[in-house]
Amino acid sequence: MKTYELGIKLNGQAVSAQVHAHETLLDVLRKKLGAKEVKNGCGKGDCGACTVMLDGTAVNACLTLALQANGREVTTVRGVGTEDQPHPIQESFVRHGAIQCGYCTPGMVVSAKALLDRIPNPDRGQIREGISGNLCRCTGYNKIIEAIENAASKAQS
Amino acid sequence: MSENPKNKTEGPDYQYIGKPMPRHDAWDKVFGRTKYADDFDMPGMLYGKVLRSAYPAAKILSIDTSEAEKMPGVEAVLTAKDVPNNETVTRFGQTHQVGGFEGLYRVLADKKVRYMGDAIALVAAETEEIAEEAVGLIKVGYEPLPGVFDPLEAIKPGAYQVGEAESNVICSYQVRKGDVEEGFARSDVIIENTYRVPFVEHAFMEPESGMAWVDDAGVITIRVSTQVIEHFRDVAEVLGVPHNKVRVIAPMVGGGFGSKEDISVESFIALLAWKTGKPVKMTWTREESIRSSSKRHPYVMRYKTGATKDGKLMAMEAELISDAGGHIYLSPWVLLYSTVDATGPYDISHVKVDASTVLTNNTFCSANRGFGSPQVCYAYECQMDELAKKLNLSPLEIRKKNYLHKGDALATGRVLDYAVETEQTAEKALAALGEPSKPSSSTEKIGRGLASGFMSYGRMTFLHDTSRSFVSVELDGSVTVKCGLQDIGGGQASSVASIAAEVLGVHMEEVKVFIGDTALTPIAGTTTATRMLYMSGNATVKAAEAVKNNLLPKAAEMLEADPKDLVFRDKKVFVKGAPTHGIPFDQVVKACAADGIQLYNVAQFNAPFRELMDFKTGQGQVFPDFTFGSHAAEVSVDTETGKVKVLKLVACYDVGQAINSLSAEGQLEGGALYGLGYGLIEEVILDKGITLTPSFSEYLIPTALDAPHVRTIMVESRDGAGPFGAKGIGEPSCNSIAPAVANAVTDAIGRRILDIPITPEKILRALGKL
Repeated sequence: MKTYELGIKLNGQAVSAQVHAHETLLDVLRKKLGAKEVKNGCGKGDCGACTVMLDGTAVNACLTLALQANGREVTTVRGVGTEDQPHPIQESFVRHGAIQCGYCTPGMVVSAKALLDRIPNPDRGQIREGISGNLCRCTGYNKIIEAIENAASKAQS
Repeated sequence: MSENPKNKTEGPDYQYIGKPMPRHDAWDKVFGRTKYADDFDMPGMLYGKVLRSAYPAAKILSIDTSEAEKMPGVEAVLTAKDVPNNETVTRFGQTHQVGGFEGLYRVLADKKVRYMGDAIALVAAETEEIAEEAVGLIKVGYEPLPGVFDPLEAIKPGAYQVGEAESNVICSYQVRKGDVEEGFARSDVIIENTYRVPFVEHAFMEPESGMAWVDDAGVITIRVSTQVIEHFRDVAEVLGVPHNKVRVIAPMVGGGFGSKEDISVESFIALLAWKTGKPVKMTWTREESIRSSSKRHPYVMRYKTGATKDGKLMAMEAELISDAGGHIYLSPWVLLYSTVDATGPYDISHVKVDASTVLTNNTFCSANRGFGSPQVCYAYECQMDELAKKLNLSPLEIRKKNYLHKGDALATGRVLDYAVETEQTAEKALAALGEPSKPSSSTEKIGRGLASGFMSYGRMTFLHDTSRSFVSVELDGSVTVKCGLQDIGGGQASSVASIAAEVLGVHMEEVKVFIGDTALTPIAGTTTATRMLYMSGNATVKAAEAVKNNLLPKAAEMLEADPKDLVFRDKKVFVKGAPTHGIPFDQVVKACAADGIQLYNVAQFNAPFRELMDFKTGQGQVFPDFTFGSHAAEVSVDTETGKVKVLKLVACYDVGQAINSLSAEGQLEGGALYGLGYGLIEEVILDKGITLTPSFSEYLIPTALDAPHVRTIMVESRDGAGPFGAKGIGEPSCNSIAPAVANAVTDAIGRRILDIPITPEKILRALGKL
């Protein structure tokens, strides 16, 4: 089967892989680029666990063909912030108890980042809307919403 | 956020216990560092896939694997004949064998298929795609059988036989207390209704996944997303090898909710790795997970409840029939919970409960958060409101006349010897609803509902449950805990860390917890039955206190004080009242090490051990203790569209003592939404055994847009059987939501909808608009 050279900027680093035309960005990130922080919860765009940003817009990596990302910037939760430089959203998620099993967390944090990039000071309705594509079965969303609200107000002040 | 401080009475001066603490595992998770089962790769690993049945009920006439075996890249194709012990009895988390009551576990179907998820063959191949294609090349000859899909049909004599036994009834229990006929004769009002509750999907975010390999010492090692690492015994029996030749490791689990209590991929990947000599990974797709793994049992529940005109409950008669689906698994246990919990947290003189669980050719059912308790809670709490309405009493009034209190006995004779604060929780939950909301349009009706519930924590006492924990202090004063628990997201690991920190007076950051490895961590039992904090928390207290007691004499000598007067806190040991004159904790440890004093302890905590209950009368002590609480809801119902909006939701439960108040609140909030989904939207729909809702676009769970703000109120009686007086909250937290919402809907529209989920369609039907 024919393969193509995929070149993307993954969390600021230029990386490449040989991919098939039918391969999803999710599979390539996890299996060929070692980005295991991107989770697979359903593989068909229902749960949001695989949310990444493509040139700053949140997308489901499972619904994006890898080649659609060619030449573009892909940001995972590790691109939002790391141990050395945590993003306020990440600190807020931890401090507010917004994390239980943590499987939805990488996608949830990326969606929150995309939301705050777009609307720096969202109201609760906008926050709910912003993460409505990310399912969480553990938390009841309360603490996630509080965490995002708090991160936004911190970034504002 | 937390309302906890306001509701807290003055308690002991703990350093960590009861405080809102960010969990240690949260940092790894928020940076995407935590590895779940599917995130591990090994060089040369193969991918495993399962061939599942094409029919819900059929005879298997032949299986031809030759084409699949010939396919390049395929390394193994296995069927039942390749499994050394294809049928076994799963025994986990229990030291006491209770005979034929246990679940039969069959690895691969050979003669007969019993539901659509039945596994028939396994493939291991170089890539997932090859494995998938090879599965498609396996030819199975079936003789389709009629099957039976309704438990009320399956229970009849002469019904289609799902399994090998003559009857589809797996087991039945009875509770007999007083004389119900006399109780009804003395009742002024009697309410009789039949309630139906649906199949529920657990919908954890991480699908079942694992990897197995044979290590360099010949040990079959399985890293798997599970609530029960103790299945190593079952896998060993399947393979016919000694128990100590199978090792199971549980990494952080992406949600369990009961479905990862039963074996999922373990035996499959162990068999494939054993046959090929290579590591084998298997991860189920979401569709495979929904179609094949366990569900919450649907129940048909006929309830007849009688009360005097002043609202005192006189008699309750309940007939419970649960649909176990195609295999037994934990159905007998789940039914036993329903049976014991059937009367609710109420004192009733005359009780008659008859409960049966029945095989059908539907997807099998097993543990699901609440374990048989939410089903009956829905029925008994709807009954309470119907009685209240007929007697012109408020929902709170009628409940207050009947709540059990500490020292009272359940209908099963169990005396409640720990706190029972149901009344307080109901009053607080209802009061927290505040001023009633106003309808936002002329078609909207507002209603309020209350429901109380109770559920056990800790496993059934006749299983003789135990847990172990190892605590050691290192020379630099840091602390190591090794506890074979599974962390499924509830903060299980973090809880034992804070307990060790509290007892030894070190900081949370200085405690490292190793979990979930049958070879390296002492067996702590299952992360199920809301037992982990109760069991492993108590074991950790015991181990940490033993270590502290070892350090005490030396510390007393160094401080020239009486050991009884010493306090361990803030990495120091000091005489009570003189924290500034302390000596650093690590100096005490070093001095003890120099003297050869033992710096570690492994402790075992045993739950109360009891004998089996009497199944004909229900009399016996089945559980260590119970958690009590209430939910209150305010809803608006649009009478034109049937849409229900939850405006306010209050969860008020007695948690005994929160260990980490942030985590305990998280359980209450998450449990509330889990229960709300049950009441309003969730249902696995099966048509003659075929799942019509195999993905999250058909099986809907609440999103952030559906989730109301949940107000949590934690009552802390400090009178539970867990560490520091804690009770368990993981499962009880989702118990009484569905009836609270149902009661609110009834209050709004004046009609009772007996079956959940309460969909807009059912509301419009009840209003006569459909």
